Amino acid sequence: MANTKKELAVAALENGTVIDHIPTQSLFKVVNLLGIKNLTGSVTIGFNLDSKKCGKKGIIKVADVFFPEKTLNRIALIAPNAKINVIRGYEVVDKYTVTLPDEIVGIVKCGNPKCITNNEPVETHFHVVDRDNVVLKCHYCERSFKDDEIEII
Amino acid sequence: MSNNSLVSISDFSKDEILELLEDARRFEENPNQNLLSGKVVATLFFEPSTRTRLSFETAINRLGGRVIGFSDASTSSSSKGETLHDTIMMVSNYADLIIMRHYLEGAARYASEFSPVPIINAGDGANQHPSQTMLDLYSMYKTQGTLDNLTITMVGDLKYGRTVHSLLMAMYYFKPRFNFVACEELKMPVEYKIFCEKHGIEYHEYTDFSADVINETDILYMTRVQRERFTDLMEYERVKNLYTLRNSMLEGSKDNLRILHPLPRVNEIAYDVDKNPKAYYFKQAQNGLYARQAIICKVLGIK
Repeated sequence: MANTKKELAVAALENGTVIDHIPTQSLFKVVNLLGIKNLTGSVTIGFNLDSKKCGKKGIIKVADVFFPEKTLNRIALIAPNAKINVIRGYEVVDKYTVTLPDEIVGIVKCGNPKCITNNEPVETHFHVVDRDNVVLKCHYCERSFKDDEIEII
Repeated sequence: MSNNSLVSISDFSKDEILELLEDARRFEENPNQNLLSGKVVATLFFEPSTRTRLSFETAINRLGGRVIGFSDASTSSSSKGETLHDTIMMVSNYADLIIMRHYLEGAARYASEFSPVPIINAGDGANQHPSQTMLDLYSMYKTQGTLDNLTITMVGDLKYGRTVHSLLMAMYYFKPRFNFVACEELKMPVEYKIFCEKHGIEYHEYTDFSADVINETDILYMTRVQRERFTDLMEYERVKNLYTLRNSMLEGSKDNLRILHPLPRVNEIAYDVDKNPKAYYFKQAQNGLYARQAIICKVLGIK
């Protein structure tokens, strides 16, 4: 029953972007990362929804906004399996899974307290050195961090 | 790399390293050349390091350049709360090149991104110290006649030792074979062992500093075991003398073996080794002058 409702809700979007399959614990981080609180159009945020694939999930539906793919890929770090549906005139015109970019600028805090980025007003910058295990290397202090050590700003 | 700065040894290709070694050799033949005439070089030491600073400043002076700068952040405006960014921007108005040492990791990389003049990293925290690596490479090249296919034994603090990590990374062009000799607490970190495996570099790990290891070695790279690195001081007391090199241990060593040490040494090389012709650590420090002359000229594009 819940499933039908959800599909109806997605289909109800005339134009905009649906971000589906967000891990529930990452939902509000994704909301922050995409700057959704600054939008003026209507946004529906679903939290703790039942999902066949991953137990509980989050979903964000943003009316009349089409994010560049590059922007959406920024969430891959915290929502690696997020599915993007681009909707125009009630039709899904594009559908893709986010992918981790090679470079991550300004999203992740460096875990090294002696790194320059934690001591001066410098935007953080990481290189993705291992895609499968999500290992990031700081461009500045050159330390590597695994996904469970990564802290989102 | 922006404006030819030198931040990390991995900024250089194999050819660039070989070219620098050749340049260093030429500076050794004739260290006094007027190549920096009319140039001003700033040495900004946000953290004191007398040895490195004197080496760089001697290099500049022998090339006819002039030096400005500070040797301690407490005498600079960073003690008033000025950011690194602002200090670099201010100094770049005056100098043609900035040589900087900083206690924060990544400081030199950051500076190189906005500085209008080239930056040479003279050490950023525990991260990189490429001119030390160049002088190590030059010392090895000079004493062995090549950098290819050497057996290098690293002894002591392999966990925190910045010099051994940079040297390991730089040697990957030259098919080395490594022996890592250290106690459990100070073993070579996993990421560097992965680096070796990824690049097909042979390595062996030992906790015993034995004659067998020394006897197959071309370069014996000693480092200082520092008390403050230990969480367990009992462990420090137990291991502190296990990794001391004594002259008697060199009896069966190869003729071409040379002993390197980034200095300062405390007790990891006994004084009776100093007289052995295989002891090379003081000469190694002198090579730093030529290596730094070569680096300075390279980043300024002076041939």
